[in-house]
Amino acid sequence: MIVAEPKSFGELVEMVGDHRRLLVASCSGCTAVGGVGGVRQARELACALRIHFRIRGVELATEVAGVTRQCDPEFVAELDGAVDRNEAVLSLGCGVGVQFLADRFNRVPVFPGLNTRFAGGLTAAGIWEEKCRLCGDCILHLTGGICPLTRCAKGILNGPCGGSQDGLCEVGDGMPCAWQLIYERLSSLGRVGLLEQIRRPRNWADSGGGPRRLGNGGAGE
Amino acid sequence: MNKVSGLARLLEAGHFGVTCEIGPPKGVAVDTLSEKGSWVKGYVDAANVTDCQTAVVRLSSIAAAVHLKSLGLEPVVQMTGRDRNRIAIQSDLLGAYSLGLRNVLCLTGDHQRFGNHPEAKGVFDLDSVQMVEMVRRMGDPGEFLCGEPIRGELPVFFVGAVENPFAGSPELRVRRLAKKIEAGAKFIQTQCVFDLEGFRRFMALVRARGLDRRCHIVAGVTPLKSARMARFMRDQVAGISIPDKVVNRIEAGADPAATGVDLCVEQICELRRIEGVTGVHIMAINWEQVVPEIVRRAGLYPRPAC
Amino acid sequence: MNPDPRIIAFCCCNCAYAAADLAGAMRASYASEIAIVAIPCTGAVEPTVVLAAFEEGADGVIVAGCLDGECHYKSGNLRARERVNVLRSMLETIGLEPERLEMYQVSAAMGTRFAEIASEFAGRIRGMDPSPVRKPRGEGGEPG
Ligand code: SF4
Repeated sequence: MIVAEPKSFGELVEMVGDHRRLLVASCSGCTAVGGVGGVRQARELACALRIHFRIRGVELATEVAGVTRQCDPEFVAELDGAVDRNEAVLSLGCGVGVQFLADRFNRVPVFPGLNTRFAGGLTAAGIWEEKCRLCGDCILHLTGGICPLTRCAKGILNGPCGGSQDGLCEVGDGMPCAWQLIYERLSSLGRVGLLEQIRRPRNWADSGGGPRRLGNGGAGE
Repeated sequence: MNKVSGLARLLEAGHFGVTCEIGPPKGVAVDTLSEKGSWVKGYVDAANVTDCQTAVVRLSSIAAAVHLKSLGLEPVVQMTGRDRNRIAIQSDLLGAYSLGLRNVLCLTGDHQRFGNHPEAKGVFDLDSVQMVEMVRRMGDPGEFLCGEPIRGELPVFFVGAVENPFAGSPELRVRRLAKKIEAGAKFIQTQCVFDLEGFRRFMALVRARGLDRRCHIVAGVTPLKSARMARFMRDQVAGISIPDKVVNRIEAGADPAATGVDLCVEQICELRRIEGVTGVHIMAINWEQVVPEIVRRAGLYPRPAC
Repeated sequence: MNPDPRIIAFCCCNCAYAAADLAGAMRASYASEIAIVAIPCTGAVEPTVVLAAFEEGADGVIVAGCLDGECHYKSGNLRARERVNVLRSMLETIGLEPERLEMYQVSAAMGTRFAEIASEFAGRIRGMDPSPVRKPRGEGGEPG
């Protein structure tokens, strides 16, 4: 799933600025599961903003709207009426959601309420870890199901580098060295020979060369 | 212009090589660089110029290598993949060759987080193994990474890589070393060795796979200048292993720097006796002036002409 | 100084609410400006509810639940405590003093203790300025 975290309150206040009627749009997809973008968080945030502005002598009117998935135009369209009643939209979707909203509602500014961090999941209570870099050319079958592109700090394909020590990555933070993990996993799978094959330079054309698009527009249906 | 690397000729001729490391200045003070060069000239077969080591901006390794070359030294250009993609690396190497540089040491590079620009975007388009193979193929068969042939004179470099025998499982390290050699590394420079026992075990694995017969292994050494430095390197620098007895000896010595030099000379003598080690690389960090003394006392002076 | 504070106490009916009752039965006197709201468990007090109280002009909010290990839903009180901590720092960010919110833990038998807590907290709130969010009595808030 997409993992996001709340922006600082101060940043949000600055974005809201002089707008007096704010629509706070939640998303019931990833960000709700992540506990940062659901209806509950939208209500909390709306209330916090109202209190904050009232203390400064300004009445901010808020409306909370729940969206099933902000990354889907059909669900985004359900916001039409609510957007009409407001001067600005604060999205608690990921960066994809914010853009879908901004594309549809070009009459009002759409603000990101979250910082979209990565594609990952919960690995322990309250700990989210990045697992996939969305590179478009999966090699997990060669690396024991551990992605070096994502989980090695240098994204190297022929690791480990010389900084790996005691199973930990040289960048610190207690992060494991992905290549040590790969080595251990391949050893337990009896496939450590895979480490002897030189992995050729990656083709970044499809993941670093501009926006990506997928599908044939329904031509095959 | 020399067609081939002097370092390659010397090592191929079976001489025990001596190289050292020279860090370019954090600015344009070429005179300090030249001064360092003049200290070591005649005592080393090649001087290895770091490429923004520990991700701190310094004068470029290629430019520094050219300055050293003009003093009559044989430079080794370090090239990391941290700050350049495949286009920049190939372009820089064509430039290096055109300036008469013939030795390249390929490294993945220290993570930018350690340097003075921790907010920089790390490139890491190629890792060291991929870079070695690319540089080798630029010279033979003579093509760019994309497969396009290089026209005219081919940039044939003496390609090296590094290996850290102490980073994680030695078995895994040797597997990776094998990959670098497979990719085309002709010389391997190791991380500084303090733990001789560990290094001997590593070399046994290297010999067991016959890797020592396929490349030159140049063992790294570092003279420790003070007890503080010894402790810092032991505790803070990733991938360096310093046995307590080494630290204790420096701490106990009346003149820690002199003890550090003694230790370094002893280490070189031990390393020379290890089968498969064909040279030493002296990394005297900010202490290049001590290199001649070490080389003399290790019985490696005078150097053969190359 | 705030001679006429409005304080809301969310009291778990398994402990604090009963303790408040007991305090009454014992004729223990405590701050009359506290309005008690009975709740099934402090774990059920959502952050929005606390925020709503402040938005409606509360000068102080108490969340009162069971002693550690005595929650009837195992860990509702612990979760509440965590939430209160988060809310206190949130109050600070949005511009309210965190001291306006406090979590207390009592048992049903602690009538006197409840009266003490209530008076102590009311004293604290009386010593502070009225909530800057406070509106004249009777005016409603925004619909959430
Ligand atoms: S220590 Fe391991 S994970 Fe970290 S950069 Fe090196 S190879 Fe990658």
